[in-house]
Amino acid sequence: MMGRTIFIDPGRCIGCQACVSACRECDSHRGKSMIHLDYTDEGHSVASLPTVCMHCEDPVAPCAEVCPADAILVTADGVVQQADTTRCIGCANCVNACPFGVPKIDLQAKLQMKCNLCYDRTAYGLAPMCATVCPTGALFYGTAEELQAERPGVQIADTFTFGETEVRTGVAMVVPADKVRWPVPGGLPVVEINGKDVRR
Amino acid sequence: MTADPRPVVPLDPSLAPPGTRAFRDAGGIPADRWRADQDGETLVPTHCCFCGVQCGMYLRVDRGGKVFGVEPRNHDINRMRLCPKGINAYQQVNHPDRLTAPLMRRSRDEVFREVSWDEALDFTVSEIKRIQQAHGNDAFGLLGGASLFSEKTYLVGKFARVALKSRHVDYNGRLCMVSAAGANKLAFGIDRAGNPFSDCLLTDCLLIAGSNVGECFPVMTQYVWGARDRGASLIVVDPRETAIARTADIHVALKPGTDSAFFTSVLNVVVEEGLTDEAYLAAHATGWEEVRAKAAEYPPSRAAEICGVPAEQIVQVARTFARAPKAMAWHARGIEHHSQGVENCLAVINLCAATGHIGKPGAGYGTITGQGNGQGGREHGQKADLLPGGRSIMNEEHRRQICEIWGIEESELPPAGTSMMEMVWQMQRREIRGLIGICNNPFVSLPNYRVVKEGYDATEFHAQFDFFLSETAANAHVVLPVTTWAEDEGVMANAEARVVKHNKAQDAPPGVRTDTWVMCELARRLGAGDKFAFADSRAVFDELRIASAGTVNDYYGITYERLEETGGIAWPCPSTDHPGTPRLFEDGRTYHPDGKIHLQVVEWHPPMDPYDDEHPMSLTTGRTVAHFLSGNQTRRLGALVEQTPRPWAEVHPSHGFRNGEPVRVITRRGSEVFPALVTEAIRPDTVFIPYHWPVPTAANALTIDALDPRSKIPEYKVCACRIEHAEKIDEVPAPPVAPGQVAYPEAQVSRTDPLPPTAPQGRGTSERS
Ligand code: SF4
Ligand code: SF4
Repeated sequence: MMGRTIFIDPGRCIGCQACVSACRECDSHRGKSMIHLDYTDEGHSVASLPTVCMHCEDPVAPCAEVCPADAILVTADGVVQQADTTRCIGCANCVNACPFGVPKIDLQAKLQMKCNLCYDRTAYGLAPMCATVCPTGALFYGTAEELQAERPGVQIADTFTFGETEVRTGVAMVVPADKVRWPVPGGLPVVEINGKDVRR
Repeated sequence: MTADPRPVVPLDPSLAPPGTRAFRDAGGIPADRWRADQDGETLVPTHCCFCGVQCGMYLRVDRGGKVFGVEPRNHDINRMRLCPKGINAYQQVNHPDRLTAPLMRRSRDEVFREVSWDEALDFTVSEIKRIQQAHGNDAFGLLGGASLFSEKTYLVGKFARVALKSRHVDYNGRLCMVSAAGANKLAFGIDRAGNPFSDCLLTDCLLIAGSNVGECFPVMTQYVWGARDRGASLIVVDPRETAIARTADIHVALKPGTDSAFFTSVLNVVVEEGLTDEAYLAAHATGWEEVRAKAAEYPPSRAAEICGVPAEQIVQVARTFARAPKAMAWHARGIEHHSQGVENCLAVINLCAATGHIGKPGAGYGTITGQGNGQGGREHGQKADLLPGGRSIMNEEHRRQICEIWGIEESELPPAGTSMMEMVWQMQRREIRGLIGICNNPFVSLPNYRVVKEGYDATEFHAQFDFFLSETAANAHVVLPVTTWAEDEGVMANAEARVVKHNKAQDAPPGVRTDTWVMCELARRLGAGDKFAFADSRAVFDELRIASAGTVNDYYGITYERLEETGGIAWPCPSTDHPGTPRLFEDGRTYHPDGKIHLQVVEWHPPMDPYDDEHPMSLTTGRTVAHFLSGNQTRRLGALVEQTPRPWAEVHPSHGFRNGEPVRVITRRGSEVFPALVTEAIRPDTVFIPYHWPVPTAANALTIDALDPRSKIPEYKVCACRIEHAEKIDEVPAPPVAPGQVAYPEAQVSRTDPLPPTAPQGRGTSERS
């Protein structure tokens, strides 16, 4: 897994689609969103789940591997870029290869588009648009340590099996912590909010 | 009107979230390299124009001085987070539907024509004078809005009483949180939430009643989840399993309209099990004996029957809330939009007080305001019974104080008027014959549409200020095009009573004026110009500060400069070196003269629309995350339209509907057909419809115009209904179009792929292609 990356925590998602709207505002593909929002159990629950590109590490990006035009670049820091506009032929091989169903094809432009982890922002130290705005933290950008400091006890999964094949990804899913049940012995561990010590 | 200095911040990577620190420390990159294609862009710090969270944001302004995008802002309230409304809000600033010239017609049979400001204002003033001369000053009314900056709401109240000399002024915050306001005033002598949002992170138990936080206040969810991360229990009271309820420890899916019985029963268990904080009550409360005696009449067995929930759940809620070292209760329209809205809120306050959960970090109560300035909108005299600083218009002393500031005789100050819905009834009866509406859209937002339409149609003259032609403006004689929030500066108070400053990001389009200018100009033409010599918002704010000094709602110490420095100050703030009051009652004193909480006895009564064999079910209404209130703004923004293109009726699978099938919802006021959203997330005896659309898909054509006797809030959240299979689904109407304008312009709507034909009607669509 990369150092700073996106962690997806479906237990927190409220299905608001702020991520979808924010993704449209990204300067590298303005007007189009590269995020899917799925309602996993419609009719029974309001549960929802955002999907961004998982930036596969091992095997290295199936989409890039199958691309006949070598249009999908994987950067040294593990980000799988969207197709190079000067190379992509719009064949949709990548769409079929991706185990997570991420790349999209703009049929008119004959061009693949997908989440490139807001490379225009992350390269400068900013968080991706979706993870920046996500009101709930269902999309979190940072390191695993930062995540666990904020959400004590959560586990992370970055390996997924598809039949015989295992895929290890740069983006990870958050597995909920065992719920701490009331009463909380000795109160709560919060000591600081907005930089101020709040213990009384 | 003088041009405001535009506060600008050069685009700079150091404005980025904590992650950017490394980038800066490493030497950084010149600001203009950050987005080479947007060289020269500036970021104007401001806040979202929509809900009561008031998220901080930057508006991106291009070299030509036009707003063209949004950038998240690391403001205390939202820490970069935004909901889809906030992200798309900037698109309305330069939307092709903007009104850019006054529209006028002499009768409703004519079509609008574009006229000069002089002609529109002269006609308006001559109609005001004609109606008032023939039928008295009170025959002309004014309805304001809670999305206006506080300066403008102050002006609305002053304009009605000083320029129009009419008692009839009220505002659409009347439809929002006045029940909570009334209850807070009765119990605490102050009308605002007791704790800041961030106190959620310090609590051991969070009780959320009648608030779909995920859809209505999405950015507040971070505090709810933050509380969960730290082990706090979550109790959600809501007839629907909302996104928040889904992960709650206890979700009480009670029958709409039974909240006060539920909370009084919880109090019953607290008393029975000896979980009350008697020391706290003895020192800080009055009325506890009476409240305790009343609670004894609501054992869980009785409340379980009224509320349709298991009695054990009531016991469980009582134990979890009362035993928590620190507990907080937040509530919103779900318990406030009732003919017993004030009682419902009082029942929650009784519970907080009885358990001693008041006035401590992580312990207290709060009401979540719906509109951006729902809190500030009523503090300075826009409400029928209030004068600036929350003073009562019925109080001799308060009247005298304000008359002195306004420079008028006390005999000239009209008495209290009536509430928004009552004004519409008066319009129906022709007691009010002329009306100015500012920043509201009652054709969608008031209950019982037929009555509203009749009332408005009966007026002899109707003028409306707006920046889009709303359904209500389409009924007017004169429509005056005014600025959006990005074209003026001013303050709003969010749900925590934190006053924040909005800054001007671009100049208004030619032909568009600020509401301040229009009100001052009308006042001048009505002969009260000397009382309305305000050049801009800042001048109004300075008078507002003085007018509020010494009251409970003290803004005196808040200045524009301080707001820009601090990112927001919670009132009361009596002096310019006072830090503001984010948390109330920390010294154990309330704002009543005796410093005590005045507990009030609460008695449950059934909703006003009785159930019978023909109408056995409850209809309840609410919001979706993509749209804001009457939808006049958000129903024009492509991404939001796509996310939730139309309303639906949420029904339980037990009624035999398939998803998307037409379902007719029938109440005593009418019937409409919606696609069904079949889900187990709602009670079998309840139907839910989101209310942002006009007829023929208006939830408010079906709801009842019954009011809470004290707060005069309509009972939106429950009325009797039945559902039937129907032939076909009612069409969603497009917003009205003004001459020379286009609604739903191609450019704004088709920013993404068209919807798949099988798109679910309800919670938006997946973007998978
Ligand atoms: S912004 Fe966050 S909470 Fe909203 S839909 Fe996306 S992932 Fe879920
Ligand atoms: S609508 Fe409310 S939650 Fe959404 S961005 Fe605006 S202020 Fe924040």
